[in-house]
Amino acid sequence: MAELLQFVFSGLTVGAIYALVALGFTLIYKSSDIINFAQGEFVMLGGMITVFSALAGMPLVVAAVVSVIATTVIGLALHRCAVAPARGATPVALIMITIGASIFLRGVAQIVFDKRFHSLPPLFSGDPIKIGGAAILPQSLVVLACGAVIVLVLWLFIERTMLGKAVVATAANRLAARLIGVDTRSIVDFSFAVSAAIGAIAGILITPIALTSYDAGTLLALKGFAAAMLGGIGSAPGAVVGGLLIGMIEALSAGYVSSNYKDAVAFLIILGVLIFIPQGLFGRARVDRV
Amino acid sequence: MTVRALLDNRLLPALAVALIVIALPWFFPSMYYYRIGALVFIFALAVVGLNLLMGFAGQVSLGHAGFLGIGAYAVAIGPTHLGMPSWLSLFAGAAVSGLVAFLVGRPILRLKGHYLAVATLGFGLLVAIVLTNEAQWTGGPDGMSVPRLVLFGWSVRGSDTWYWIAGGTCVVGFLLALNLMHSPTGRALQAVHDSEVAALVLGIDVAGKKLAIFTISAMYASVAGSYLALFNGHVTPDVAGFLRSIELVAMVVLGGMGSIVGSLVGAIVLVVLPQALTVFHEYEQALLGLIVMVFMIFLRRGIVPSLAALIARPRK
Amino acid sequence: MIVLQTDSLAISFGGVRAIDGVSLSIAAGQVFSIIGPNGSGKTTLFNMVSGLYTPNSGSIRLAGDVVTALAPDQLARRGLSRTFQNLQIFTRMTVLENVMVGRHRHERTGILADLLHWPTVPRQNKATREAALTALARVGLVDSAERAAGSLPYGALKRLEIARALASEPKVLLLDEPAAGCNPTETEDIDRLIRSLVQDGITVVLVEHDMRLVMNISDRVHVLQSGRTLTEGTPEQVRSNPAVIEAYLGVHGTQEAGRALD
Repeated sequence: MAELLQFVFSGLTVGAIYALVALGFTLIYKSSDIINFAQGEFVMLGGMITVFSALAGMPLVVAAVVSVIATTVIGLALHRCAVAPARGATPVALIMITIGASIFLRGVAQIVFDKRFHSLPPLFSGDPIKIGGAAILPQSLVVLACGAVIVLVLWLFIERTMLGKAVVATAANRLAARLIGVDTRSIVDFSFAVSAAIGAIAGILITPIALTSYDAGTLLALKGFAAAMLGGIGSAPGAVVGGLLIGMIEALSAGYVSSNYKDAVAFLIILGVLIFIPQGLFGRARVDRV
Repeated sequence: MTVRALLDNRLLPALAVALIVIALPWFFPSMYYYRIGALVFIFALAVVGLNLLMGFAGQVSLGHAGFLGIGAYAVAIGPTHLGMPSWLSLFAGAAVSGLVAFLVGRPILRLKGHYLAVATLGFGLLVAIVLTNEAQWTGGPDGMSVPRLVLFGWSVRGSDTWYWIAGGTCVVGFLLALNLMHSPTGRALQAVHDSEVAALVLGIDVAGKKLAIFTISAMYASVAGSYLALFNGHVTPDVAGFLRSIELVAMVVLGGMGSIVGSLVGAIVLVVLPQALTVFHEYEQALLGLIVMVFMIFLRRGIVPSLAALIARPRK
Repeated sequence: MIVLQTDSLAISFGGVRAIDGVSLSIAAGQVFSIIGPNGSGKTTLFNMVSGLYTPNSGSIRLAGDVVTALAPDQLARRGLSRTFQNLQIFTRMTVLENVMVGRHRHERTGILADLLHWPTVPRQNKATREAALTALARVGLVDSAERAAGSLPYGALKRLEIARALASEPKVLLLDEPAAGCNPTETEDIDRLIRSLVQDGITVVLVEHDMRLVMNISDRVHVLQSGRTLTEGTPEQVRSNPAVIEAYLGVHGTQEAGRALD
C-alpha cells in the first residue's frame, strides 16, 4: 500500500508537469490549429536558463524571472519568425516547422549551455514528508500547488476576461473572430507567449526533482502531447486530466512492470488513443462535410 | 522537351543517377570520399522510399528511422544470435519491416494530417526504445558489432566496394520507384494524394494502396539500414531514433517532395553537411533544425522542383 | 428496369435528422433529378447512395442487389460513379492523367508488375491513355489533355470531372450540381452532354438548383424538403405543384421553369 502510494505521488508530480506541457499545447492548438513540438523546449529552457543565470551570479529568484521572460520572448519569436510566415501551410508542414524549431533550440542549447545534467535547489529544502507510509518531497507539493494555481488562473482568465473570450472565439472560428474585430494574429502571439511562460515555470519547478539537460525537451513534448491527445486535443480540462493520468500510469508501470519501458507508456497511449478513441476522453468526434 | 517532361521521364532520372555513380569516383582524391559516396547512396535509397510515401502518395512518416533500425539490427542479430548468413538476414530484415509496416499501417493509415504524423512518430520511438532495452538481443544503448558481409566466400569490405554496392542498389531502387510512378498504381497513389474521396468513387482501394506504399517504403528503409550496419560494422539504437527520422524527412523535403532526383540531392546535402562541419560538429543539430524550418517556411517545394520551375519559366 | 432504388433511407448527424425516410425508384436510361431548398438533404442523400455515408436505416439497391453499407470503391466496381459539388479534381495531375485515373477499375496490372515494369504495364498505360482521350473527346476537352488540371477554367473542370467519371464506364452516374457556378453557355454544354450520356444508355441522377436545366432535361423530378420527400413526378407535374412552389420555387422560379418548358 505504501509502495502504491509512493508511485502515485511520484506519478502525480511528474504528471503535473505533463499537464502543464499539455496545457501549453492545448492553448496553442485551440487558437491556431498548430501542434507545437517546441513546447518541450520551453520547459527545458525554463530550467536551463535559470541554472546558467544563477551560475553567472544572479540571485535565484531573479534568475527564475529572467528565465521565464526569456522563454516567453523565445515563444513569441517562434510564432512571429517561424510559424506566422508559413500561414496556409498544411498541418504536417506546420508540425515540421515546430519540430525544426525544437531541434534548433536543442542544438543552440547544446552550444550555449552544455550537455550535462543540471539541477536547481528546491523551494523548500528539507526531508521528504511522510504520508501514509510513503514519502513525498516538499518540492513535489510545490509542483502540484503551482500547477493547480496556473490552471486556476488560466481558467479564470478564459472565463472572466474579455481577452479570454477573444481566445475562445479565435479557437472556435478564426474567420468569424476576425470579422467581429478580434486581432487573431495577436491572439496567437499571445497564446504562444503564455504557453512558453507556462512551460518555463514548469521547467523551473521540476528541475530540482528531475534535473534538466539540453535534450530534456523532446521526451517532455511527446509525453505532454500524449496527455493532450488522451484528454482530447483542444480540451483544457482534458489536458490536465491526461497529464496526471499519464504521469501515474508511467509511474505505476515503472514500478510494477518494467522501469526500462517507462518511456514507452506515453507512446503506446498515443497510438492507442489515435487508433481507438481519436477524440480523446473529453473531446468531441468530428464529422467532416464532403 | 520541357524541363518538366525531362524530369518526369521514366528512365532519365535513373540514368542520370547511374551516370553520377559511375562518374563520381574519377573525382575522388582518397578512400574517404568513397565512404561519403557510399553513405549518400545508402541514405538516398531510404529517402526515395520515404519520398514515394510522402511526396508521391501524400502520407507522412515521422518515424521512418524505425524501419532503418529494423534492417540495421537484422544484419547484426541474424549472424550473431541466430547463425544466419548476413545476406539472408538482410532479406529477413526487409521481410520483417514489411510485415511490421503492414500490421502497424493498417490501423494508423486511417489517420490523417497531424494525427498520422504523431502516430508514426510514436511508432518510431517505440522501435528505438525496444532496441535500446532488449540488451541481450541488441546490446543495449551501446549497440552491437555487425559481422562483415560474406558473399560466395568473399568478405565484403572497403569503402570502395560498398560505394559500388550502395550506388548500384540505389540506381535499382530509383528505377523501381520510377516504374511505379509511371504505372496504374502510381496514378492511383497520386490520386489518393490529391483527393481520397474522388479516388474512392473511382474504385481505388485507398486503404489498400496506402498500406502497400507504406510497406514498400518500409522495405526500402530496411535495406538501407542493413547496408548502413554492414558498412559501418557497428550499430546503435540511434539509427532508429527521432533525430534520424527527422533527418530522413528533411532529406525528402530539401530535395523536393515527390522528386526522385530530389531524393539524391537531399541525401547529398544532409550527408555531406555534417562531414563538412567537422570541427563545428556541435552545430549539427542546430543546423538541421534551421534547415528544416527554412525549407518548410520558404522553400516547401524543395530544391529540385524549385530549380525546375525556375528554368521552365518563360523568358520575356 | 429499376436500376437504382432506395427504401426509407434515413440518417442523423448529432441529433439532426438530415434524411428522414426517403424512397426513390430510378429506371434505367432516365434522367432523374433531385431538387429542394438548401439544407433539404440532397447532397447527404447523394453521399449515402455513393457510399460515403452509411445510413442509419433503410436500404439501397443497385440493379437489384442490396448495396446499403458498401464503400464507394466497391460501388464503383458495380458501375456507380459520381461527381462532386465542390470539385475534387486531382490538381497535381494533367487533365489527361485525371481521366486516366478514372479507368482504374478496368486496369489489369498489379503492384508487382508495376514495380518491375512488366511488358503488360506499357500496354495497359497505352490502353488507358486511349480510353481516357476518348472520354475527354466526349466532353470537348481533348485539346487541353496535357495541361495541368488546376489551370482550367471552372466550367471546364466540371466537364473534366464528368469525363473522369465516364472513363470508369458507369451504368449509373450521379452528378452533384454540375451546373453550379456555370454561365449560361457552360450550362448548355452540360445539358447537351447529359443528353448524349443518356443516349449511350447511362442512367443520370442529378442534384441541381438550376431550374431551367432540371426542367429541360429530366424525365422525373424528386423534391426534397427538410430531409423528406415533398413530391415526385414529371417536370410539368412538379412545376405546377402548389406545395413545391411555396416551398422552393417561389413565383420567380416557377416563371423560369415555365420558360424552359414552353
